Amino acid sequence: MAPSLPPIRPEDEAVAERLRPHGAFDPRSDEPHVSARFDYLLRLGDDSLILGQRLSEWCGHAPVLEVDLSLANLSLDLIGQATHLLEEAGDGDKLAFHRDVLDFRNCWLVEQPNGDFARTIARHLLFSTWQHMLFQRLTQSSDQFLREFAAKAVKEVAYHRELSSEWTIRLGDGTDESARRIADGLDWCWRFVPELFDVDETLQGLIDRGVAPDPRAFEEEYRSAIAAVLTEGNLAVPADTRPILGGRTGHHSEHLGHLLAIMQYLPRTYPDATW
Amino acid sequence: MSGDWPLWEVFVRSKGGLSHRHFGSVHAPDAELALRHARDTYTRRMEGVSIWVVLSAEIIASDPEQAGELFEPAADKIYRHPTFYEIPDEVKHI
Repeated sequence: MAPSLPPIRPEDEAVAERLRPHGAFDPRSDEPHVSARFDYLLRLGDDSLILGQRLSEWCGHAPVLEVDLSLANLSLDLIGQATHLLEEAGDGDKLAFHRDVLDFRNCWLVEQPNGDFARTIARHLLFSTWQHMLFQRLTQSSDQFLREFAAKAVKEVAYHRELSSEWTIRLGDGTDESARRIADGLDWCWRFVPELFDVDETLQGLIDRGVAPDPRAFEEEYRSAIAAVLTEGNLAVPADTRPILGGRTGHHSEHLGHLLAIMQYLPRTYPDATW
Repeated sequence: MSGDWPLWEVFVRSKGGLSHRHFGSVHAPDAELALRHARDTYTRRMEGVSIWVVLSAEIIASDPEQAGELFEPAADKIYRHPTFYEIPDEVKHI
């Protein structure tokens, strides 16, 4: 016998139809361009958030005090960027601390473990050079928020790019050990570069409307800029391998879950905590 | 590691019109990174608009042993201080 339930009224049905896809972390509207913009804010914001969190792991552990401060500064810049981007997308704290791994939209490169100092520098060179070229173009976006955001962030990122280039050159052109370590770090990170230039349907729509720059337009410039830094540091450009994609649609390496477990522990365990 | 690196003295100009002042020192492998270390160590809260770094070893310092002959003769010559003038109230920043 069927349980007796109240009848569904047509007006309730109409309301349900209108509210259909709204979960806790969905965009505020199901209009395609609103949800694509939301997705793009998460992609940019999660890149900065996750790399900022990774760099913060160095705090108190860097090889020397001065480098400790440098890395912490980079980390704070990135977390500041993430705050702006995620607040624009919705409730920034909720998005940062209450999303699960499959809902994160960052690229694979930024979630990779720090390894040694050289690998951290290799990762930062590859990411910040890309981010700098992207933000330079994002200052021309048709989206006012992104334009204003990029105008501020591009200066921070220019410094990140310079600092990681300087260090790459010095490690490559330093001792046998430092040259070996930076080469290993570049090898580790190199397979994650193609994802930075991948354009899926969501991104293509944003490019068509002038919201997002097309990364393919600066891939060649990127590759020659990286090659120039590596050459100056007596380093070889690593060989291309099979690219790894998926971060932009929530497919991540095992490392991201561990990072989130640490980053999200406190707000999830004590949701009402304030400081 | 930082023991292998030379020490650099850091001078920061807080804002246009003021002179550079000694802020402290950093270790760095070369001048370029010394500037960056100085930037990250001393100007992260908007303290400066310009930085100088100089190898600490390049600074010529007076010998503390000679402090007596260098500085004591000035101690009893208070007439060298311009303290015998009336300064009008309207004159600021003296």
